[in-house]
Amino acid sequence: MYIIIVGGGNVGYYLSKTLASAGHELLLLEKDRTRYRVLSEELGEMVMQGDGCQADLQLEAGFGRADVVVAVSGSDDDNLVVCQMAKMEFSVPRTIARINSPHNESLFRKLGIDATVSATKIIYNLIEQEVGGGEVIPLAALNRGNIEIVDVEISAKSPVLHKEIKSLQLPPESLIISIIRDDHAILPGADTRFEAGDSVIALVNAEHEHALRDIFAEG
Amino acid sequence: MNIVILGCGRVGSSFARLMYGEGHTVTIVDIQSEAFRRLGTKFKGNRIVGNGTDEDVLRRAGIEKADVFFAATQGDNRNIMGAQIAKHVFNVPKVIARIYDPIRADRYRQLGITTLCTTTIAAGLLHDHVLTGDWGLAKDYSQDYLDSKV
Repeated sequence: MYIIIVGGGNVGYYLSKTLASAGHELLLLEKDRTRYRVLSEELGEMVMQGDGCQADLQLEAGFGRADVVVAVSGSDDDNLVVCQMAKMEFSVPRTIARINSPHNESLFRKLGIDATVSATKIIYNLIEQEVGGGEVIPLAALNRGNIEIVDVEISAKSPVLHKEIKSLQLPPESLIISIIRDDHAILPGADTRFEAGDSVIALVNAEHEHALRDIFAEG
Repeated sequence: MNIVILGCGRVGSSFARLMYGEGHTVTIVDIQSEAFRRLGTKFKGNRIVGNGTDEDVLRRAGIEKADVFFAATQGDNRNIMGAQIAKHVFNVPKVIARIYDPIRADRYRQLGITTLCTTTIAAGLLHDHVLTGDWGLAKDYSQDYLDSKV
């Protein structure tokens, strides 16, 4: 894939290195001349100096054949315009913008950006999970965060101990997909019983995560 | 009319004074409070300190009731983003963005934002003046500016 990254701060720098070592063709655009010189000493011709919002520079940088454009500068407005111009001028198939204000997530989607990444929101979610999560650990978020894969530990005091899966009143939009017992994954059936120390892997709509936890939590 | 202006630079502040002087309700937003000095002492409109691409700041500036939104900060992209928020989130009827880069001015004009590209306007006026001796200006508004000063 040909990936263009706009913004050579820490995020852009590490992202470029990681993607390049994964074998992708990569270009990193940095506006600031001083920062550009620092980057190009290490990354060489992978880095180009210029303003990623300008159509003429986008042409020169090969936006026309880019598979993905990722805008990771520190300002949301620059990231928005990089992605919008890439779409308008060059119909880049996938544009990804880093955003700082979580408000901008829905705005950017409305304005045609394919995906956004908000460090603020990720950190906020982690804190939320630390504080309120108890025993449910989200492993991954699917479908833009609506469906989560969660990991629930069964303690010796869990109300479901020694009960069969079929006897549980699971919340809507939830599905037990596996039980990890003594480091082995079990594909459970309706008659499978829970044991202390089990790790239950389930798919659940984020809205019902709390209800799911309540079923396994002790008293 | 209710007018919200983003950026209290020379253009933003002059437009604010002009419209305020004609009796319109004007709110001007800038990230630095010192910028409001450009408004002079006659201007009694609202001044809001904050980031004009933040929806909460724009709400404080009364954008929900605005008839006109004009973005004239130093950054083209800030103006573009502010104008798109005004148009698509708050449905302001008239949205104008000052954009220096002629290409971006053209593309966002195609997306329905009224764009004011002072770069091409000034270059065109100069061209006509140098070749014909005429200023293609019906009025240069300098007297209005001087009149609205302290």
